[in-house]
Amino acid sequence: MKILVTVKEVATVEDEFEIEGTAIADQYLGEDLNEWDDYAIEEAVQLQENGVADEVVTVTIGPEDCEQTIRQALAKGADRAIRVWDDALEGVDLLDVGAKRSILQEVIAAEDPDLVLTGVQSGDDSWGATGVSLAEELDYEWAAVVNHLEHDLDDGIAAVRRELEGGVEELTDVELPAVLSIQTGINEPRYASLRGIRQAQRKPLDVQTLGDLGVDESAVEGAVTLTDMYEPESESDVTVWEGSADETASELGELLRDKGVAP
Amino acid sequence: MSDVLAITDHRRGELRDVSYEIITAGRELADETGGDLHLAVISGTVDDFAEKLDREGVDAIHTVSDGEEFNHGVYTQATTQLYDELAPQYVLIPNSVNGLDYAPAVANGLDLPIVTDVVGVETDGETLTATREMYGGKVETTNDLEGPAVVTIRSAEWPQAEGTGDASIESFDADIDEDDLGSTVNGFEEVAGGDVDISEADVLVSVGRGIEEEDNIPIIEELADALDATVSSSRPIVDNGWLPKNRQVGQSGKVVTPDVYIAIGISGAVQHVAGMKGSDTIVAINTDPNAPIMDIADYAIHDDLFDVVPALTEEFQ
Ligand SMILES: Cc1cc2nc3c(=O)[nH]c(=O)nc-3n(C[C@H](O)[C@H](O)[C@H](O)COP(=O)(O)OP(=O)(O)OC[C@H]3O[C@@H](n4cnc5c(N)ncnc54)[C@H](O)[C@@H]3O)c2cc1C
Ligand SMILES: Nc1ncnc2c1ncn2[C@@H]1O[C@H](COP(=O)(O)O)[C@@H](O)[C@H]1O
Repeated sequence: MKILVTVKEVATVEDEFEIEGTAIADQYLGEDLNEWDDYAIEEAVQLQENGVADEVVTVTIGPEDCEQTIRQALAKGADRAIRVWDDALEGVDLLDVGAKRSILQEVIAAEDPDLVLTGVQSGDDSWGATGVSLAEELDYEWAAVVNHLEHDLDDGIAAVRRELEGGVEELTDVELPAVLSIQTGINEPRYASLRGIRQAQRKPLDVQTLGDLGVDESAVEGAVTLTDMYEPESESDVTVWEGSADETASELGELLRDKGVAP
Repeated sequence: MSDVLAITDHRRGELRDVSYEIITAGRELADETGGDLHLAVISGTVDDFAEKLDREGVDAIHTVSDGEEFNHGVYTQATTQLYDELAPQYVLIPNSVNGLDYAPAVANGLDLPIVTDVVGVETDGETLTATREMYGGKVETTNDLEGPAVVTIRSAEWPQAEGTGDASIESFDADIDEDDLGSTVNGFEEVAGGDVDISEADVLVSVGRGIEEEDNIPIIEELADALDATVSSSRPIVDNGWLPKNRQVGQSGKVVTPDVYIAIGISGAVQHVAGMKGSDTIVAINTDPNAPIMDIADYAIHDDLFDVVPALTEEFQ
């Protein structure tokens, strides 16, 4: 069985930052492997270690800069990686759900995996929609927000738990091939070992353009246009205690005594 | 094409709050497009649900009686067929866990753009402008799209619709292709039980990712001991296995309303806030003065928890 994992490098923001146009100014941004995708990679690698999967492939839409992040996934045990990038993607400030779907669908169609694992959402722009959209397009089954997967995958069925609101889980059987969006907490993502990191340098990382995939350039423009970004107006009337830790702690101590909740 | 179709959400016999909120959001949009607000309720005791959903501002309610509980295949097929029949401009779907399990499929199948988790939405009839957050709520963005679209709305952003309406209630005969239902829901399970019920506590000392390591958790426990309070946490702490699931506050954990909630190294992501915003007094200890938790905090200390927490513990020892 082949598993494909979609892996995104997300942007992180420093505490203090400035906005330039419709983006946060570059110098305040960092990068990280998307938290949800880290759990998806771990799930795939465990399926491989258990002998259920024989190949784990990652795919990322992103510029060359994100190869570090991709190598992390390889160091954790994925076998090879695909990175999609193109000049046409360079100036696009928002890749909407439709645009990502049109690119990733071609990779999945070519790889023909039995199982696709995505994260529940991107930590930075939180659409939460790529996995289900892909499944619908490719005629795969799907399940969103999966926090448990039975590893036998017997009879072409993935037995999963979907994490609903309020501490309730839904027990669901999903026919393969399927796309599952993976929730944090499903497993304990490993740290890459030194050996893993060394090996990752030699694993294949194949770069493809839109042309290679047969994706029309117009598809990546998407239907949704980002028109503004701003810091939300705070409606709060928060009282901020200033001073040394001892001073602020004693303010808080006083509040707790005033409320009659402190001993 | 100027109508709005909003799909409601229910589970185990109960309509969820967002079903009443989506009426308010839908009515606002329908007023702007000059069209009608259609609601749909799919699966379960739909007649009973429809009666409850008949609140002010709803023009029509369509009931689809196939199925008992949520199944994304049934919801996708029924919503798609309702769209074909009613030709609305916008389809609104709750941004719930179940909403995320079918809204993208509806959009993709109908070749419509989708914008998710919106906290505000307006239209001039042609261009829809959706407001959504990025970077865990640190910034907001506006996003434009033309023509019909699927929009998922964040819960607890719009007030629940009130009053009694005079909507027409009609059963919609969806043609559900059973062969196309590739997933089967076998049941539900309540998790997060156990000996501690954080929703009973008067004071919660709640710890988030700012604590950095499992080895640091004891400083939180010492504070809770000194204050005679209970320890709770945000999700990553539970995901990491540093505290048990029954300590988790939030959308997928517990909803708590203590007298005092002390959020320590917690950023205030929407799914966390959903579980604690009803607390009487909220205190945030966070190095980031811009953390979204500050928007709902009553008191704040913009400082390092590793300095403030031990100082506070000392006060009470
Ligand atoms: C479907 C779904 C369901 C979810 N359900 C839940 C849920 O039930 N509950 C929940 O909590 N989350 C839930 N989440 C996750 C949520 O989106 C956030 O990822 C999570 O709440 C973040 O936890 P945090 O605030 O502890 O961590 P972070 O967002 O990483 O914040 C850490 C904070 O600590 C501060 N900090 C760092 N160092 C220090 C220091 N030394 N002193 C003081 N402050 C410091 C930082 O400034 C930052 O604000 C859910 C997500 C999804 C997609
Ligand atoms: N640029 C990308 N490259 C690869 N995978 C992505 C990308 N964007 C999103 N995904 C995948 O889709 C999931 C959901 O993302 P989103 O719908 O953007 O919130 C993520 O967890 C990733 O697994």
